Amino acid sequence: MEEVAILGVGMHPWGKWGRNFVEYGVKAAQDALADAAVAWTDVDFVAGANTVRCGYPGYVSGSTFAQALGWPGVNVSSSYAACASGAQALSSARAQILAGAAECALVVGADTTPKGFLAPNKGERWDDTDWLRFKLIGMTNPTYFALSARRRMDLYGATPDDFARVKVKNSRMGALNENARYRKVFTMEQIEASPVVSSPLRLLEICATSDGGAALVVCSLDYARRLGVKDPVRIAGLSTPLPKFPQQTIEMPYFASDSAAATPGDPDTSFRERIANAAYEESGLGPEDLDLAEVYDLSSALELDWYESIGICKRGEAEKLLNDGDTTLGGRIPVNASGGVGAFGEAVPAQAIAQVCELTWQLREQAGARQVEGARVGLAINYGLFGHGSCTIVRR
Amino acid sequence: MSKLVKPVIEGWFTQGDAPALIGARCGACGTYHFPKTVARCANPECGATDLDEVELSRRGRLWSYAENQYAPPEPYVVTEPFEPYTIAAVELERERMTVLGQMPLDVPPDTLRVGDEVELVVDTLYEDDDCRYTVWKWRPVPNTSGPAADTSA
Repeated sequence: MEEVAILGVGMHPWGKWGRNFVEYGVKAAQDALADAAVAWTDVDFVAGANTVRCGYPGYVSGSTFAQALGWPGVNVSSSYAACASGAQALSSARAQILAGAAECALVVGADTTPKGFLAPNKGERWDDTDWLRFKLIGMTNPTYFALSARRRMDLYGATPDDFARVKVKNSRMGALNENARYRKVFTMEQIEASPVVSSPLRLLEICATSDGGAALVVCSLDYARRLGVKDPVRIAGLSTPLPKFPQQTIEMPYFASDSAAATPGDPDTSFRERIANAAYEESGLGPEDLDLAEVYDLSSALELDWYESIGICKRGEAEKLLNDGDTTLGGRIPVNASGGVGAFGEAVPAQAIAQVCELTWQLREQAGARQVEGARVGLAINYGLFGHGSCTIVRR
Repeated sequence: MSKLVKPVIEGWFTQGDAPALIGARCGACGTYHFPKTVARCANPECGATDLDEVELSRRGRLWSYAENQYAPPEPYVVTEPFEPYTIAAVELERERMTVLGQMPLDVPPDTLRVGDEVELVVDTLYEDDDCRYTVWKWRPVPNTSGPAADTSA
């Protein structure tokens, strides 16, 4: 797959202020443009990542951010793909550039979010799976994460200490990240003293929801060359696949999997592995090429599942990788050097973009105290409700 | 006067001594579906619309389980004071599919293990002044073999 360059990155810090999401997105966009040394008026495509919690302006995010920056008259896309929204927006921009329909695109996502459990919109919707899983079963998002964590315990001998250690590791890195919402280093004792939300997972092991905004300026390699940018960070692979039938693992928000009775499918490849494999294939790279990864730690236990899904270890071996220090700063392949979603909280449409911002800073050796030495290849991966997921591989 | 008892959702499960989930099976390729309210077969290589209602397997094995400690948001109807309940994800062998459901409140989660056999029951989801609403749940089958611990402990 042909590559595009990442010229600029920008972020509004994550936090909880309840201000207008547009403010966060515009700040991130202006920072990204400044970082790229590109004027807003030179951008010829705008890709917004939508928020579904902020009313109509959020559903047309590309237009909303563009209008706030000043109507540009260029083409636009607005994407919603749950936790993969930012990646879908980036994918949209990349496709325009590779088609020759645009040279330099701005990708923006931002959110401002309510407290507590993520809940469906009000009203009765008896044909909406997301509504029914609450109404009939009381199935919350953390309970899905808890089911995965329990399997790690019963199948692989994972312990609550292992899950807590992921949180400790990530909190140390989040403490060094001025954009993270949570900058406190947690101890094992503090984590184990926090209340159980859905067994075996505790409150401090489950990510919160946050306000935040992130942006990228991406362009064709030719445009980067004309600007005199030598050796930009490049997007080598980007996938936003849907599951393949039969989807046999229960993922959010479903309360039944597909049936493999008639079509056995590929029981050895999970949806999350597919997300990674599709990006590896595009990029021509493999897990052995990675210097670092940003994975969607909606719960600390889920990070361990991700090690296996991205292929940096075999199934059942993630705890060993963690406990050997391989995924800590200074280890063989640091995971979530940004601090992860655990240190940020989730700002849905901005999160996938934030992952790419982190990888870009790392590859440019601009990550300060969180720098992964010699970072040349990075992977970002996430997944969300209703069959969404994405993987972005960057290199330099 | 005793309350009316009715399923919280009609047509999704049978009642009586041997309740079962009501799914749909594709007449063309044999793929099962739950819920049954699908217009066409979910198999992308099939897409047939002749789906027959069928009772799904009453028993399955725990794919996983988790005890939820916090009252969920609406539209879940919370009975105060909130009592934590266990969610089971159950693999049905014939159908090669996994289905979620609560477990009855008297099932202690610390006796469970991935792989345990469970069976479908119908139990109260919540009550209001007029009606007691029921839903399907999964209850462990007492052990009949193997070295696993006694589940009544």
